[in-house]
Formats: sequence, C-alpha cells, structure tokens
Amino acid sequence: MQQQLQDVFDRYTGEQSELIPILQDIQDVFGYIPSEAMSETARFLNLPASTVYGVTTFYAQFHLSPQGRNRIHVCQGTACHVRGAEKIITAIQAHLGIAPGETSQDFEFSLEGVACFGSCALAPVLVVNDTVYGKVTPAQAVDILEALR
Amino acid sequence: MRFETIREQALNAWTDFDAPGKPRILVGTATCGQAAGAGASLDRIRAYAASRNLADRVWEVGCLGLCYAEPLVELSQPELPRILYAGVLANDVEPLLRGYFERGDLRPDMALATMNGAGAAGIARFADLPMIRSQVRVVLRNSGIISPGNAYHYIARGGYEGLRLALSMSPEQVIEEVQASGLRGRGGAGFPTGTKWELCRKAKGEPKYVVCNADEGDPGAFMDRSVIENDPHSIIEGMCIAAWAIGAEQGYIYARAEYPLAIRRLEQALQQVRDMGLLGSNILGTGFNFQIRIKKGAGAFVCGEETALLASIEGRRGMPHSRPPFPAQEGLSGKPTNINNVETLANIPVIITRGSGWYSRHGTEKSRGTKTFALAGKIARTGLIEVPLGTSLRDIVFTIGGGVPDGRQFKAVQTGGPSGGCLSAEYLDIAVDYENLAEAGAIMGSGGMVVMDDETCMVDVARYFVEFTQRESCGKCAPCRLGTRQMLRILTDICNGRAKREDLDLLEEIAHVVQAASLCGLGQTAPNPVLTTLRYYKDEYEAHVRDHRCPAGQCPGLLRYVIDPEACTGCTACVRKCTVNAIAGKKNQPHVIDQETCITCGACYAVCRFHAVTKV
Repeated sequence: MQQQLQDVFDRYTGEQSELIPILQDIQDVFGYIPSEAMSETARFLNLPASTVYGVTTFYAQFHLSPQGRNRIHVCQGTACHVRGAEKIITAIQAHLGIAPGETSQDFEFSLEGVACFGSCALAPVLVVNDTVYGKVTPAQAVDILEALR
Repeated sequence: MRFETIREQALNAWTDFDAPGKPRILVGTATCGQAAGAGASLDRIRAYAASRNLADRVWEVGCLGLCYAEPLVELSQPELPRILYAGVLANDVEPLLRGYFERGDLRPDMALATMNGAGAAGIARFADLPMIRSQVRVVLRNSGIISPGNAYHYIARGGYEGLRLALSMSPEQVIEEVQASGLRGRGGAGFPTGTKWELCRKAKGEPKYVVCNADEGDPGAFMDRSVIENDPHSIIEGMCIAAWAIGAEQGYIYARAEYPLAIRRLEQALQQVRDMGLLGSNILGTGFNFQIRIKKGAGAFVCGEETALLASIEGRRGMPHSRPPFPAQEGLSGKPTNINNVETLANIPVIITRGSGWYSRHGTEKSRGTKTFALAGKIARTGLIEVPLGTSLRDIVFTIGGGVPDGRQFKAVQTGGPSGGCLSAEYLDIAVDYENLAEAGAIMGSGGMVVMDDETCMVDVARYFVEFTQRESCGKCAPCRLGTRQMLRILTDICNGRAKREDLDLLEEIAHVVQAASLCGLGQTAPNPVLTTLRYYKDEYEAHVRDHRCPAGQCPGLLRYVIDPEACTGCTACVRKCTVNAIAGKKNQPHVIDQETCITCGACYAVCRFHAVTKV
C-alpha cells in the first residue's frame, strides 16, 4: 500500500487544497479510502488526521470500506422519485438483501442511492458500473442485476 | 496563432461537416441519449457506415433537448432532405439506414422532423415542432448541432468572437455591456451579473479569481450538465470574458463528480483552446493571461452554496459561512472572487457579440433574456428547453411539454428543486420570472421543473425534499440540522398514517423557524416545499392524518395491493414479475398476494392486463 500511496502523493505538492483530489485518486486505486491511507495523507499534507477524517466523511463520494464488484446506483432525483425510484430501491433491497449504503457479503454488489444523475428526462434511472439505464421498472432492475452474476 | 487563421480553419472544418453535398449521420450521445440506448445504436451505425465507406461521415453530437425522443439520429444525403429520426434503437438501425441511403426511403413512421429545406411529405419541419416553435435558444445555441468534442465547430458558429471583441474593449466597457443586458444569475438567486462583476473588479486585493459553479445539485435539474456536455466552449469563453472584466488570471470550474462525461468534455475543450492560444499566456497577443483548472466535487449538495464551494476548493469540508464578507470581497484564499453559474456564463459571449440591446429585448422588465428549463416528471415531452423569461407556465408545461401523459390529471409543477415549491393548476397562467415565482411561494432556482399528476402524493413529495435537505445539511447551524430532522419525522409519520392533527401546526411552526434562523440558503429555503404543499394541498395532508388514507395511492405505509379473484384469470404474469415471490397461485386459478412479503413495488399492478390488481 505504501508504494501505491507514494505514487499518488508524487503527483501533488503537499498543499491542503489538494486534499480532495488526493482522496479521489486514492479511491480510484483502492476502491475505497483505507484508514491507513488517511493517516498517510495527513502526514503528507501536514494536517491533523482528524481534519482528513472530517473531510473524508463529509463528502458522500468517499467510502470507508471496500465496495462490491458491481456498483449499483439508484437515482433518487425528484423526477425519478415521482416516477417510482423508491420502488426500484425496495425491489433491489429485497432481492439482494442489502440496504442502500451496504455491500453484499460475497462482495458482488454494493447498493447506493444517489442524489441526482441529471438524466431526469429518462426517469427513473439506474446506473450500474457506469452504464446508465433509463425508464427502468422494478422487475427490469432485478433482471439487469441478475445478468451480471 | 492569429484569430483569423483559427477562424479560417474552423470554417473549413464546418464546411466539411455541414456540406450538403456529402452524406452524413449524426448521433446524439449526451447522457440522456446514452440512457436511452444510443451507445448500442452508435455501434451498429458505425458498422453500417464502415461497410458503405462512410466511416468518417458519422459524428457524435450533443442533445437537442428532445430527450423524450432519444436516441435521436439525423441522416443526410445529397438529393434527400435531412431528417431527424426518433427512438432509433440498435435493432432499428440497419433497416432505417439501408432504406434511407440505398433506396431513398424516408420512413415517415420513424421521422420526427426535417432539418432543412423544403421538407418532406408527412414529416414536420424541425422549427415547427410544438416543443421547438416558441423557444429562443441563446444558451442552447449549439446544443445538438455541433460536435462538442470539436472546437472548430464552436468557432465556426461565432465562438470566441465574443472574447476577441471583449479584449478590444476596456474591462469597464465589458461590465457596462453585461449590466445593460439585464442578465441575472441563473443559478437561482438572480443577482445582477454585471453588478457582481463590478463589485469584484472594484474590491481591493490581488490576485482575483473567477469561479464557475458547475455543482448542479438540485435534483430534477440538468441544464448545466447538458450545456457542459453539449457546448463546453461556451462556458470557457464566458469565463475568459469575466476574467478580463474583473482582472483575474486564474479560474476554477467546480464540477459535480456525478457528471463524468461533462468533466471529460471540459478537460478536452480546455486542452484545445490552450493549444490554439485562446487560453493561457498572452491570449490572442493582447498580453492578457488566464488559466482555468477543473475541481471535481465529491458529492455534497451544500457545495452549490458559494461560500461552501470555496471551502471545498480549498480542501476543507464544504460548510458555508455567513455573508458578508461576500466572495467578491473575500473569496478564495481571502481574495476577491467572482462566482457565476454555468448558464450565466454561457450567455456572456452572445451578449458581447450581439449586444446588450438584442439580449434585453427578450424577457420581462425585471427579468431579461431567456432561461433554460429542464422538463421532467409526469410530462409527455421531457427534455431541455429555453424560452424568454415571462413565458407562462401553461405554455411551458402544455404547449411545449405536451401536458401530462397517460390521460392523467395535472396536479402541480415543482420549480427550484429542494429550495423551491409546488405550484398548483391555478398558477398555470403566471408569467415565469424571478419575481412572480417568488410571490407564488416557489423560486426560479436553477430551472428544474418536475410535473406531478394525480398519482403523485404531495405529502410524499414534501417528505422527499425534506429527507434530501436533512441528509445534505452540513450540520453547522442548529436550526437547519435539527429543524429538518424534526420536520422529516413529522412528515414520515404523516405518510405512515401515524400523525395527529396538531402535528400539522407543529410542522408549519418548525418550518417558519428553520426558514428564519438558518445560516445559509440550504436551510433558509428547505421549508419551501413543505410550506407550499401545506398551502395548496392541505386536503391531502388531512386525508393522511384524519382518514389514514393517501389519496394518490403512493404512500407505502398506507397502501396495499390486492387481487380481485373475480377479475383474475390466473395468467401468472404477476407471479412471474413479482420481485419477492409474494404472489401465490396456479395457472388458471385466482392468485393471492401475501401481504407480509409484499414490498408494494407495484410490479404486479403494472403488468396485469385484466385490472385484477387493485390498490386499497
């Protein structure tokens, strides 16, 4: 891990304004932000570890635990909401047995509700591993996930 | 490079792209197109084009705003009209393209509009489409028309002419021109843009900064994403002009991490103009220096608030502070900083090239110009439009948007996201501008409009927005942190039929306190969806509280699905669709839903062709 972190730090000069980009790079490498990476980042930027932890936990994008192989994002924007996003989450939750914010035990799936993808015209929207699906029904959502197994 | 040289190259590139003498295929691949399946269609189109030696005549373009009709494909060939086709899925590609290119078959059944010339029998002209007819496209001038990855296309259509002109004017003249245009901030608050620039220009302190707020967080709003994806240079040019006017050499674009395509397009566009000498040192040989860097957000709605946004750029938690000092006085690193929204900046080049007089001819007295609106929800033609301010809500929702689909009844239109409000049918005839919307209890906001029908529960909508603001509250001030939580508790109780009549009064009281006492715009406006729904849809609240009934049939806690054994034919369609195996029943025998297992997802209700599944 040390080497991978060093590779990230090498791209920066060590100012606090670089904290969020550094955390984004770390998450790109590991898929989440390991606690050791937070301490190392604090050392690199000469900041208290509490500041790094505070920033990491403030932003919804950062995960503190490993994520599943397939990342499921259900859009919870207004248009998606009035067109039934809640029902999609309920169906996926019942099918996989994980709530939003959780990862399945076999690390196959992580489920997350996301504020808005801005694809409101095709609501409700489901994003699985960067593929955007528009006008999804609960039954289709479950089919899409099953096809990934 | 001299601007004339760049422009000459651009015109050549445009002639190659737009020449009527050559066949051409355009595919809309913005996020909305991709969500509708444009990626798979594009693969098939490329395969066909390669087989016909047309590989270099296929172009990816942005979004025309007709998102409901995606994937959109435009075909063009000498001797035939240019035609825009709607809903072109992968399997439609080959028959459509073979017909058009090999037999001259125009396929009016799939055509949406003709794009040029005399038109064709049975196919409407693009400018006559009801969704297009009353639009005035300033911000959307290039959307869907140019290839967003091609800087030459932007320049050929007049791009960077505004910057060239601005650099021949004094900064004060540029500011005067923007002031005279009457342009107001399109991020929502509507502060006069020229005045903002002047404040920053006159503020003491060096260096100064220009920031583009591309942290479009309002759920239900997507105009900024669309403008960046479809026409990234319009924002870069706007920023350059702003920087010249206020005297800045460094700019930042703060963009949402949820918009990966928009960020890629911006990075690409920035590199192109750096290479051309339109950005960087000594721009166009005038001695003016300006750099732009992209800062990616990390998923925090409050960062759309300008002081929180600056904190986030500085690498801190995105928590707002009270103003004054305003960013124009003390912004990034304590220096004067001018922050404008994406759409505001995209207007600037046009104001400079066509003049403030032309711009201010559109709109109402206090709200000049045009505004984009994202149409979504229960509306037939979802998409992105741009109309003069002062257009009536009725024109927007019914004439342009085509009204409510599936024979349902219009109930409300929600404007302004979580800070806005829900307007009922009696407000349909108001002229949409900053003042009129505020008077009705909503706000202009960034321009999201979500239409709701009689199957939308207004209490649930209020609960939805408060859940959102409660989750996104940064927690710095108590009225917002605690107030949104208490409002959410009451609203959740109402939706579950557990609330009492007095709770409605308490809800209203808390809403007023949060509105008055919160530190920043997030908290101050969080109660708007609650207060407007209480004002216009009190009867729905009372039905939940008094009768434990959700009139719209949406609140899961007050809803059950049952199967009418008389109507059920035992076709097993619902059994197969049920996502949790809650429906029992053999073929040709009436089915039964196990209420303990049912998650009220409605899949059975949607699939039943015999109306045997009913909500009770």
